[in-house]
Amino acid sequence: MPKHHVTATINGDPVEFLCAPEQTLLDVLRDVLYLTGSKEGCGSGDCGACSVILDGRLVCACLVLGVEAQGCSVETIEGMARGDVLHPLQRKFLEQAALQCGVCTPGFLVAAKALLERNPQPTETEVRYWLAGNLCRCTGYDKIVRAVLDAAAEIRES
Amino acid sequence: MPDLGKPRRFLGGLYTAHASVGSLGAHLVGPVKADRGSQAVDERRIIRARQPQGFWMDYRSPSSVQEAVALLAAHDGAAHVLAGGTDLLVKLRTGFVDPKLVVDVKGIPRLRAIESDARGFRIGAAASCAEIGEHAGVMAAWPGVVEALRLIGSTQIQGRATLGGNLCNASPAADSVPALIAAGALCQIAGPGGEREVPVENIVSGPGRTSLARGEFVVGFRLEKPRQRSGDAYLRLIPRTEMDIAVVGVGVALTLDQTGVCTHARVGLGAVAPTPLLVAEAARALIGSRVDDKALAALAAATSAACKPIDDKRGTVAYRVKVAGVLARRAARIARERAAGR
Repeated sequence: MPKHHVTATINGDPVEFLCAPEQTLLDVLRDVLYLTGSKEGCGSGDCGACSVILDGRLVCACLVLGVEAQGCSVETIEGMARGDVLHPLQRKFLEQAALQCGVCTPGFLVAAKALLERNPQPTETEVRYWLAGNLCRCTGYDKIVRAVLDAAAEIRES
Repeated sequence: MPDLGKPRRFLGGLYTAHASVGSLGAHLVGPVKADRGSQAVDERRIIRARQPQGFWMDYRSPSSVQEAVALLAAHDGAAHVLAGGTDLLVKLRTGFVDPKLVVDVKGIPRLRAIESDARGFRIGAAASCAEIGEHAGVMAAWPGVVEALRLIGSTQIQGRATLGGNLCNASPAADSVPALIAAGALCQIAGPGGEREVPVENIVSGPGRTSLARGEFVVGFRLEKPRQRSGDAYLRLIPRTEMDIAVVGVGVALTLDQTGVCTHARVGLGAVAPTPLLVAEAARALIGSRVDDKALAALAAATSAACKPIDDKRGTVAYRVKVAGVLARRAARIARERAAGR
């Protein structure tokens, strides 16, 4: 089966790539574009490690075909920092040790960014429900939730 | 001792050796590709992994209903409709399905639209649950339908999952289906013979099976504008707070007259039979009553009596039968309060 030619915008950059119809967006990001920040945890949409923002919606890249990205805008963890300047969420995750092994971290950061863009002042409950699709087997979540709430406060003040 | 003064080694920056925008293009053509873009990498990761040797499929994204019908009909059962993909991609990966063609219906404008007029709402089969949940009109008119579709998976799943997919995946435990049945939703189907409208409860014919004919697919749902003093609600039981599959799900929609007597009711029941059910006996227990304790007890008994569940890790037969009645009673109380409030 011939590969499809896809044009998309990834982290603001116009990008074109070839992909097989059965290749997921996550496969394309990692293996074709070498944007390996998005992780494959479960490959079935349960763990959120591959979270990206597709046309403004938080989605699991493992549940999107690469060809579906045609004409779409994709935001990944690689687009979160501005050069050497970390996003406040990234900084708060570090300051508060909201990660241990780090495999879930890109997904949490992208998901939390999508939350704060929609709801700059989430309650703890809202953060926990929004992030229910992101699994972390190290931290027990409390540090992650606190880091997101602190980042939200900092962004509101700035 | 690692240099903690360089935080990006631990966070996004760890992966962003090529984070700067300009470098992305270089990776499309740069030398790295020659090293890593091998067939071996592709074989390891793509969906094909757990498919039989020689698996392949094609992908088409038609822009009209007619074009989609023609593609589906021409492939005589070997084509699958792709809407949100949250079930289909999992089935592809696990080798549960091996279509020769995937027809992505999201490129058809009508399939994504949420429209309202004096008669009610038309919700495209491929509109995402997130989009529907953000529609103020649908939320105000049919809060039970919205609370049901908001229970489907995580935020990430909500961004993709659709009503058409939730219905046609034909899981007995699909959350949106009992709520749509209670709401009296009609399913709009397009096929080689034209279009037809069918009550939602007539679509699922068994676990993983639908009554759709070859070449047919769901294009949308019609929800009437609720009558005065109407309310609906959906409740499900899962053993945790979030992110699980229903042990039991119950949707109730009812209408009260000016004196508070129920004049119309529908009850949809999920996860307790091979298909989601419309329970007419349960609705009859409410009609003519003030939705008081006696009527609610009769509703609970009729709902429990309609259950034909299985034992599985989520719940036993006895537990599911009992809980179905309890949830029906609670959902009816919520629906009654919503109806009385407008």
